[in-house]
Amino acid sequence: MTVTTTGTETGPAHATTAVTTTVTGAVGTAHTRVEGRDKVTGAARYAGEIPFADLAHGWLVLSTVARGRIGTVETGPVLAMPGVLTVLHHGNAPRLHLDYIGMLGTPPDPTAAVFQNDRVPHAGWPVALVVAETSEQAREAAEALVVTYEQEPHDIEFRGDRPDAFTLDGHMPAVTEKGDLDAELAASAHVVDVEYTTPEEHHAMMEPHAATARWDDGRLDVVDSNQGTTWVADELSRMFSLDASAVRVRSEHVGGGFGSKGVRAHQVSAVMAATALRRPVRVVLTRRQMFSLTGYRSPTAQRIRLGADADGRLRALEHRSLSQTSTVWDFVEPSAGVARVMYDAPAHRTANEAVRLDVPSPTWMRAPGEAPGAFALEAALDELAERCGVDPIELRLRNEPERGPVSGMPFSGHRLAACFREGARRFGWAGRDPRPGLRREGDLLIGTGTAAASFPAGAGPSTAAVTAEADGTFTVRIAAADIGTGARTALTLVAADALRVAPARIRMRIGDSDFGPAMIAGGSTGTRSWAWAITVAADELRERLAGEAGIPAEGVTVRSDTTAALGALAQKERHSFGAQFAEVAVDVATGEVRVRRMLGVFAAGRIVNPLTARGQLVGGMVWGISMALHEEGIRDRVSGGHYGGDLAGYHIATNADVPVVEADWVDDPDPDDPVGIKGIGEVGIVGAAAAIANAVWHATGVRHRNLPIRPDRVLTAGGPHV
Amino acid sequence: MREFDYRRADDVPGAVALLDADPDARYLGGGTNLVDLMRTGVERPARLVDVRRLPLDRIEPTDDGGLRIGATVTNSDLAAHPEVRRRYPALTEAVLAGASGQLRNMATVGGNLLQRTRCGYFADVTKPCNKRLPGSGCPAVEGEHHNHAVLGATEHCVAVHPSDMGVALAAFDAVVSYRTADGPGESAFADFYLPVGDTPHRETALPQGALVTGITLPPVPSAARSRYRKVRERASYAFAIGSVAAALDVSNGVVREARLALGAVASRPWRAHAAERVLNGAPASADYFAAAADAELAAARPLPGNAYKVTLMRNLMVAVLSELAEEAAR
Amino acid sequence: MVPPTSSSVTLNINGEKHTLSVDHRTSLLDALRERLDLTGTKKGCDQGQCGACTVLVDGRRTVSCLQLAVAAEDREITTVEGLAEGERLHPVQQAFLDLDGFQCGYCTPGQICSAVAVIEEHAAGWPSAVTDDVRPEAGPPPLTPQEIRERMSGNLCRCGAYVSIVEAVTRAAAERTEATEEAAA
Repeated sequence: MTVTTTGTETGPAHATTAVTTTVTGAVGTAHTRVEGRDKVTGAARYAGEIPFADLAHGWLVLSTVARGRIGTVETGPVLAMPGVLTVLHHGNAPRLHLDYIGMLGTPPDPTAAVFQNDRVPHAGWPVALVVAETSEQAREAAEALVVTYEQEPHDIEFRGDRPDAFTLDGHMPAVTEKGDLDAELAASAHVVDVEYTTPEEHHAMMEPHAATARWDDGRLDVVDSNQGTTWVADELSRMFSLDASAVRVRSEHVGGGFGSKGVRAHQVSAVMAATALRRPVRVVLTRRQMFSLTGYRSPTAQRIRLGADADGRLRALEHRSLSQTSTVWDFVEPSAGVARVMYDAPAHRTANEAVRLDVPSPTWMRAPGEAPGAFALEAALDELAERCGVDPIELRLRNEPERGPVSGMPFSGHRLAACFREGARRFGWAGRDPRPGLRREGDLLIGTGTAAASFPAGAGPSTAAVTAEADGTFTVRIAAADIGTGARTALTLVAADALRVAPARIRMRIGDSDFGPAMIAGGSTGTRSWAWAITVAADELRERLAGEAGIPAEGVTVRSDTTAALGALAQKERHSFGAQFAEVAVDVATGEVRVRRMLGVFAAGRIVNPLTARGQLVGGMVWGISMALHEEGIRDRVSGGHYGGDLAGYHIATNADVPVVEADWVDDPDPDDPVGIKGIGEVGIVGAAAAIANAVWHATGVRHRNLPIRPDRVLTAGGPHV
Repeated sequence: MREFDYRRADDVPGAVALLDADPDARYLGGGTNLVDLMRTGVERPARLVDVRRLPLDRIEPTDDGGLRIGATVTNSDLAAHPEVRRRYPALTEAVLAGASGQLRNMATVGGNLLQRTRCGYFADVTKPCNKRLPGSGCPAVEGEHHNHAVLGATEHCVAVHPSDMGVALAAFDAVVSYRTADGPGESAFADFYLPVGDTPHRETALPQGALVTGITLPPVPSAARSRYRKVRERASYAFAIGSVAAALDVSNGVVREARLALGAVASRPWRAHAAERVLNGAPASADYFAAAADAELAAARPLPGNAYKVTLMRNLMVAVLSELAEEAAR
Repeated sequence: MVPPTSSSVTLNINGEKHTLSVDHRTSLLDALRERLDLTGTKKGCDQGQCGACTVLVDGRRTVSCLQLAVAAEDREITTVEGLAEGERLHPVQQAFLDLDGFQCGYCTPGQICSAVAVIEEHAAGWPSAVTDDVRPEAGPPPLTPQEIRERMSGNLCRCGAYVSIVEAVTRAAAERTEATEEAAA
């Protein structure tokens, strides 16, 4: 086995932090969440829970047609209803400035920039906001508001062979290719040519999007639930043509994000209403509204062609993925990207394509690209292993790349093999009979499967301020977001080690755009980005304090900015890796698939807080179970809207669906990060659905290439052992 | 949600009088279905008559060895009751298979019978639905119908009844008691739900304004060995895509009495009489169980998207009957 | 005469009586959150489909989104704010905190209220959908992880903290059993 690594794998590269992290040793030690007590007692207040005097309530009205123009908005009768204060719509709303590229490199999604024209590009498009004294009044008035439409025919049909598909760059180039695919396929001893589909999937975080907007002494103050306060503040200031310093966004506790909690219709409409009424206005989305207003993971249709020598070494790899986007905003689910990291072949082609339909805009959702892409690619690898008669783990090890298959760059660390070795040992993989359909317990067929995982390790520029207080404590201010990741606690541990004090002496203040620019909680980069900024500031503060006799009453504050340091980072392939294992039981009478146990072993950088890290990784694997077996957003062809767009119709895994799920890790500090962090928010879901699908094949002998693996699909597929 | 008047009834005649005065009124039991439907605009009553605190919360044995269950008994109390668990275990199993612990604590027996379908078209006021808006059409026939009816449906409506409890009640020949301004009345479970026909909005045989006051279970000796098995798309907290309540009395390898009812296949809990006819007096073997299932499913008229239910229900009937036969043989 | 659409109602919450005028449409959940500033109880779906709003009503776990406030009069309501005794957390809260039975924390108050009731329901001998034999002769089922998973399934957790939730409920249930045995001894 060849693994290319550069730098050392033993410790952080920065000498100063290497010294400090050995002093208190908070990093790497389990620590309960610093805000945990507030969360278990109900004291933690989320966005919709902070009281404001004179608060008014806004309720969004969504289109009932999937395409067309708004005719009339009959506000008269609604304005006469009890408590109603105003109705905002395209005829009276302020015009927004939308010609900009935001912090994440994209223009604003017009779904969030509400009421700018009379076009209706999809069912569930925001057409009006009704504001009233109470939420009950606002809701009733919103439901009573008559909006007429000039309806046009819609097209929502997503399928793999759309002639209007086009290649689309997202956060990566659409297409990469090298070598002669046809020639290598023709020369291959084994060829796998298969199609996979994944359905529309929704973030479905437990806390609905909520924002309260108000004007406070000439500044716009928005209390929100989001994944990045400076990000949202920046977008709002641009949209409303306000000076950046005139907007403050706060988001102290966030009830889940998963990629969906950026700028959305609720903040923008709340700002419009607060401006019009000159009083605080709160807009909370309903669960049903979330299904069309807050993004989702596009369905995918993926075709994979693999060609291999007799011993399973790849000669050809092609991965094409089609996803859908709306007609108003381009977003591509880059499922073909995962092959650019995982496997090399003399002929290698990957392409991400999209088709524009009359549907809501999709967006980033936990492991965008990698989650559906690894389902297809890792299931195809399993099919190839079967063809070649090679153990699935051995097949992957034989195809480990020495450098980035597309970039040619070295890996900053590549410990996938170590994950597989440790995982195989703990899961009991050795001696597994690879033949399908052999293990039966009554009506149940039992099988095991495995798959590889990877996710990029990145960081974004951030600023932090660390203050030594006169009382001997330290206050850290950073516009970080803890959306459940445990970032607040991890950063406390990082700051404690950097300052060489106990975590109890750190006061961690996050979720306020006034703390200065910082990376969002996204792309598994948040904790790494923020920890870097805190480490830099804390190091400097500690050095500065070394020569001081005492601390003045106002404290001593050091600020940091990691922009230059990140810009100077060497170009490398930086990724987390993992090995996923699953055992399933398939009821041949009913088609029900149940996961019996799962194990994931990850190489995911330095683990700051083992307690919360386990939750992140296991949580990702639970998403994998949910993706493999349950989740599916269903669109009604005739209306173009959702069918069953709520939590009874859209099934996420319940407690009963989740057996013993274990996650563990091998030592894998990032050599170029001051703390050694890589990021753990997303890698846990990657490959999990493939491991389950591969286990279902091992149980039944049937390849289920369309997710979710529903009972009816299992029953209908039948198979030799069912 | 529209504004409404709220009245709490103190006794049964008072409740009936409060409702009768207003055709736009509804009884409020646990509220687990009605309040949701009001919030989504499917139901817009002008008055709620709260019957949750009426003295109908008891489970009592009847003289002939059955049980009388009050309409405001909660699902939880019904499922936990020792006599229900002893005499009709499939009823306990059915109730426990439904919803969640929280919802079972709120939901009442009377409300369970009268809950509405969870068809996504019915629940969405922006879409047509003959059950919600007679004459507007049934989009499910051409649209999404993966969990819709395969038995007893018409082109006017293919929705299924969502109750688990009702499936067991159908198997055990429950009788529904109600009260109107004219006095008490009764309906056999077999007659309680109306055929779909071209009037899917008319769901039960209850007279206008009637208040369900309880359910009577007759003595069913075979029910002591009964099971409820539910299949759904996740392991818990989901409606059935198919379910079976079954009781089997086997003696010397021969079926003396079989009771079988199916859930999530029709507009009502579906008593499988055709299957029972095959089973009664037949050997308790898998072949006959399969023949019985086939006899019942001969009438199935699946749509393109729910044909799997025929296979599912066949397998499920065979599996549950086989399990009961094995237990009997032990 | 136009019938009234609001009423004065007295709600008994965490041992305290609150008299307020409520719109009949107001759910117990909204009354807690919007009127009484008891925001520990969370709104996840407002449709009885997630369990985030779980509170105890007369000791029974209930989704407060489908409970009209006006209909909750005179009931004993316990929310997550009423579980701890002063600074001392309820054993279920302490177990969730120690074993990290949550991530974002939004479903957590509902999970905790539900778990408190699950432990009581089990102690009362209630069977569940995964209980092999529900007949009373079979005796109460042991509170296995499988039993806990099923009983806790009315509380969705999108962060996927189920594994540690089951660990937390297991620990809290064992502590209750020990306490009961000590009291009996």
